[in-house]
Amino acid sequence: MNDETGNRLPFIDVLRDLPVQNRKTDLSSFEYSHKAEIINVYPLTENEKLFQIQIMDPEKRRRFTFRPGQFVMLEVPGIGEAPFSISSSPVRHGDIELCIRSAGNLTNFLARVERGIQVGIRGPFGTSFPVEKMMGQNIYLIAGGLGIAPLRAPILSVLENRSRYANVSIIYGARRPSELLFTYQYEMWRKFDISLDIIIEKPDRHWKGPTGLVTDILKEKIANPGISLKNDAFAIVCGPPVMFKFVCNMLTGAGIPMQKMFVSLERRMHCGRGKCCRCNVGSTYTCLKGPVFDYWSVMNLKEAI
Amino acid sequence: MIFKIINKRELPRFFDVLAVNSIIGPVQKGTGKDGAPIYAFEYVTDFRDLKLDYTTTTRPAKRYFLPSHETFCTFRVEENGWDKSVDYNIHKPHIFFGLHACDINALNKLDKVLLQGNYPTPYYAAKRRNMFIIGMECMPHPSCFCRSMGTDSATSGFDMYITDIGDRYFVEVQSAAAFNLLERVKTRDPGTRDHNRYMEVIAEKNKRFTTSVDTTDLAKILDMEFQADIWKYWGDRCLSCGTCASVCPSCYCYGVEESVDIDLKGAIKVKHLYSCNLIDFAEVAGGHNFRPDSHTRLKYRYYHKHRGFVEEYEESLCVGCGRCSEACLARITVPEVIASVRSGERP
Repeated sequence: MNDETGNRLPFIDVLRDLPVQNRKTDLSSFEYSHKAEIINVYPLTENEKLFQIQIMDPEKRRRFTFRPGQFVMLEVPGIGEAPFSISSSPVRHGDIELCIRSAGNLTNFLARVERGIQVGIRGPFGTSFPVEKMMGQNIYLIAGGLGIAPLRAPILSVLENRSRYANVSIIYGARRPSELLFTYQYEMWRKFDISLDIIIEKPDRHWKGPTGLVTDILKEKIANPGISLKNDAFAIVCGPPVMFKFVCNMLTGAGIPMQKMFVSLERRMHCGRGKCCRCNVGSTYTCLKGPVFDYWSVMNLKEAI
Repeated sequence: MIFKIINKRELPRFFDVLAVNSIIGPVQKGTGKDGAPIYAFEYVTDFRDLKLDYTTTTRPAKRYFLPSHETFCTFRVEENGWDKSVDYNIHKPHIFFGLHACDINALNKLDKVLLQGNYPTPYYAAKRRNMFIIGMECMPHPSCFCRSMGTDSATSGFDMYITDIGDRYFVEVQSAAAFNLLERVKTRDPGTRDHNRYMEVIAEKNKRFTTSVDTTDLAKILDMEFQADIWKYWGDRCLSCGTCASVCPSCYCYGVEESVDIDLKGAIKVKHLYSCNLIDFAEVAGGHNFRPDSHTRLKYRYYHKHRGFVEEYEESLCVGCGRCSEACLARITVPEVIASVRSGERP
């Protein structure tokens, strides 16, 4: 009666046993990971480079889609893994572009690599900017420093459907002229009837544009509104944490409703899908409920900015 | 639910029926300074090693399904590329013999995060699906406040649940596997006397709780007291050592580290459980730390357990097992912290 086989519990294969909506056929699909190749590296400034990355499997590449504002986890085996906002247009989903500043272990390694290296891509994860909802409305895109990287996806998305949006205004502030990113694209942006204001905090002797902070330009704009800042305007703000508070407060004062203002938050992440808790703000996961939050949600989060 | 009665002398036989599998259960590891026994969950091969009347273990059974160090994957690096191989680090089912209600509830809470939602964690899922859990009714020890957290009884997440009612055990059978295995030993259906005796035991348990936490409107109160000075007091006491997270049955935060093998031909990606009390938990690239102070990290811990999780799943992440209170070097206890946040007064 006590035969060994009868008492031995069966080993359950998790691949077959998960509920239907989560059922997977192979292990790697749990990871949402794709093997990808860096097909181009463009140096932008001293510290930032733009990496063009292509998923190697053609079928996976075809199915890979994302929305502006979402991020991917980029992994180099043995070096590390970190989240990066996608800086390219969602229309071009065959390859993605990531603007990366060397600041840590992984990014310092990436700063030294050349095209042809294989990396891992997981994602896309997170929430996105509601570019469809913004159609027909005035749009303010405000970036500080590296904040232009996550902002480039919605900028390109707006440019591609330029006729569907009313006035579009980009305000971009950087510390030094040498730290300006995507300089080669400014002319192209302007051609699409976009007002682009660039302001520098610490100018060198070649700099001819305005000097100061993003808020200085914003102050001017609010005092002398060329485009409406009332109910029919959306704003997207990306930049260092200090910038959010000042810019968002000014925009609120100017009349943009809090739920029409969007920010993209930055946190360290180890999983990208609500498991490691490293990105928690107050009680919310930045990777699941963010990185794009409307300002109302940010106000309700503790210690967000 | 099906109820059975199994004689006390019959339980070792049931253990032997199960013994072809790996059994994990509470054993005594030593004696503490105060003379109280120290228990731990270990692999058990002999029923006599099993201490079914244990109070609580120092560390939870977490290491068998959420190990503190776990290899996520290994890479083989070649000249122009690499290959990744994933292993879920489980090859056989595990039987947990004698988990208390708090530990079973902790598993149920972990399931909500790690198994449900859009991104189930396969490493956890593989282990969780291969568990056979035998729960054990317990008597509260002084640190337990599970009754306040609503986790003093388990209603799901186990295969069978045993309650000691004198010379026999009252068994709740919840899975077909448990029912089939129980067929192999002598059991009988319970009568009115057994039911009454069971009720008495549970009533006696409820009388013995000495610690309680007032959780009424706790999520709201934590929000209102976010800037309260009392957090500073606890932060000054806290050593930021992360012991509380390591002994917590429901803490799941982790960090991932990758390293290259010494021959430069392979790489390994290892997850290690982390603690939100450790100083670099919220540090981002470039060195900015969102929670540089000890009290903000401690506050965040309470925030996640008693507010964030409540908002998401309508229940607290804390199961009230009291392990962190016992293990804390600075003698910080959850009931005291919550009471002081409520009253605004130092204990």
